[in-house]
Amino acid sequence: MADTTHGGQTRRDFLYIAAGGMGAVGVGAMAWPFVSQMNPSQDVLALSSTEVDLSTIDVGQSVKVFWRGKPVFIRHRTAAEIAEAEGVPMGDLPDPQADSDRVQRAEWLILVGVCTHLGCIPIGEQGDYGGWFCPCHGSHYDISGRIRRGPAPLNLEVPEYVFLDDNRVRIG
Amino acid sequence: MSEFQTNSRVIKWIEYRLPIFSYVNEHLVVYPAPKNLNYAYNFGSLAGVMLVVQIVTGIVLAMHYTPHVDYAFDSVEHIMRDVNYGWLMRYMHANGASMFFIVVYIHIFRGLYYGSYKSPREVLWFLGIIILLLMMATAFMGYVLPWGQMSFWGATVITNLFSAIPLIGDSVVTWLWGGFSVDNPTLNRFFSLHYLLPFVLIGVVFLHLWALHHRKSNNPLGIDIKGPQDTIPFHPYYTVKDALGLAVFGVFFALFLFFMPNALGEPDNYIKADPLVTPAHIVPEWYFLPFYAILRSIPDKLGGVIAMFAAIFVLFVLPWLDTSRVRSATFRPIYKQMFWLFVIVCLVLGWCGAKPAEGIYIIVSRVATFLYFAFFGLLPFIGWFERPRPLPESINAAVLKSGGGGAMPEGAAAKAEERG
Repeated sequence: MADTTHGGQTRRDFLYIAAGGMGAVGVGAMAWPFVSQMNPSQDVLALSSTEVDLSTIDVGQSVKVFWRGKPVFIRHRTAAEIAEAEGVPMGDLPDPQADSDRVQRAEWLILVGVCTHLGCIPIGEQGDYGGWFCPCHGSHYDISGRIRRGPAPLNLEVPEYVFLDDNRVRIG
Repeated sequence: MSEFQTNSRVIKWIEYRLPIFSYVNEHLVVYPAPKNLNYAYNFGSLAGVMLVVQIVTGIVLAMHYTPHVDYAFDSVEHIMRDVNYGWLMRYMHANGASMFFIVVYIHIFRGLYYGSYKSPREVLWFLGIIILLLMMATAFMGYVLPWGQMSFWGATVITNLFSAIPLIGDSVVTWLWGGFSVDNPTLNRFFSLHYLLPFVLIGVVFLHLWALHHRKSNNPLGIDIKGPQDTIPFHPYYTVKDALGLAVFGVFFALFLFFMPNALGEPDNYIKADPLVTPAHIVPEWYFLPFYAILRSIPDKLGGVIAMFAAIFVLFVLPWLDTSRVRSATFRPIYKQMFWLFVIVCLVLGWCGAKPAEGIYIIVSRVATFLYFAFFGLLPFIGWFERPRPLPESINAAVLKSGGGGAMPEGAAAKAEERG
């Protein structure tokens, strides 16, 4: 082998690195399926939208619907609640976002009902801000689902949704 | 150390091909253990026994359990009501987990008190922490399997800890769940891993024992074994001592198992999991409470998660944080007080973890969290200015001086030395 030396490197060094490199690529390629199999399967992904009939929800009422294994809160807000949500100064919000950026139609507030702290379900019409209160670690959300006080870092998530017509909404 | 000898031709035949008999003889019979080990040194063998109890009862439970969200809860009730002795198997397994943690926590505090993490036993100590982490993962996943309300919401809260990781947090959580919430894929993988990890534990326990037997046990005096006069053979001296400890511990275990099998559990876990309703007061199992209190004491999500993990991982640097050359707290007047304060802090944290995160409990848990980390932060400085008491000349000298002649007749001691 010594006859193939170039600048102190031998053909054996090259083979060593090439074989090792190929081996690493092979192990990586085989490892990926074992990692990826734990991600949501196709049937789980297929269930990722749901349609809701809004005509049965009166003003001031809220419902929970099941979407992707989690509750979605749909609240038919009163005019007073909308005014309250819009009137909050941005400076009072840990995660500042205007109410108008969180709704498509002001009377319909649609939120993923999962606390952004550690995933518990907040309870409606409780807490110090007239919105939701999470019993697990004491996060208070307002009538726009924005975090006001407690350990949660973010506002309640607004899911993707479209109004199919005045009385039907598709979430997801 | 006496060589293994036998007259049996069968044993000789096997021994020539696989030296298993001499290996057992070396490590469980003539193994030279310090002659001054006290009852604090029983908890290692008790932990080993509990691992076996958990594996045996767990394999039985898996024969009757169904890992599916629609059937899991009912199959556990089926075990409790219909399976012959199913109630015994499940209560042994559920209370056994608590017993396992009790003995392991005492075992760890024993190591802290007598400085068993110091050179040359650092790797032994690391393997112990890895065992603790594996136990925690196993216990957490096992608690999810009955699919009660606490199972479900415990799983939700704990897996959500990973959502605190910047940027990739949410993807990691989705990956852990195999969906968009804790659901059937989560239950299935937890069952698979809950069955696997105890066998991984056995492997790490073997490494732990290998490291132990390579550098030999520490002892209450924290001084090295200087010769055969400092040791006695493991069998019969410590086999019988471990057996007595096991009998006493068995009574303690039985007290819970037969008279208050649900005392350590949460009644909410007898309600089937409901993904739409979170119980008003969720708490983890008691053995996680101190860490849960640390998590909640930090008013920032990521900060709380980091503090909680740091509370365990700080143990990995303990051998270098402690700058004192004396191992045993017996000879360290300041460290000894710090140790007991640390024990109290851990108990207070556990108490805080069980209480709602409001008012006075938040203040107490913040102070206790500060003190928990202060213990580790102060250790390097204590080692510098603490003046240790004089160490005895040898284990043997200390044993004889403290009236060991009464507990260990001269003849027996001499005989042990001949054997050793």
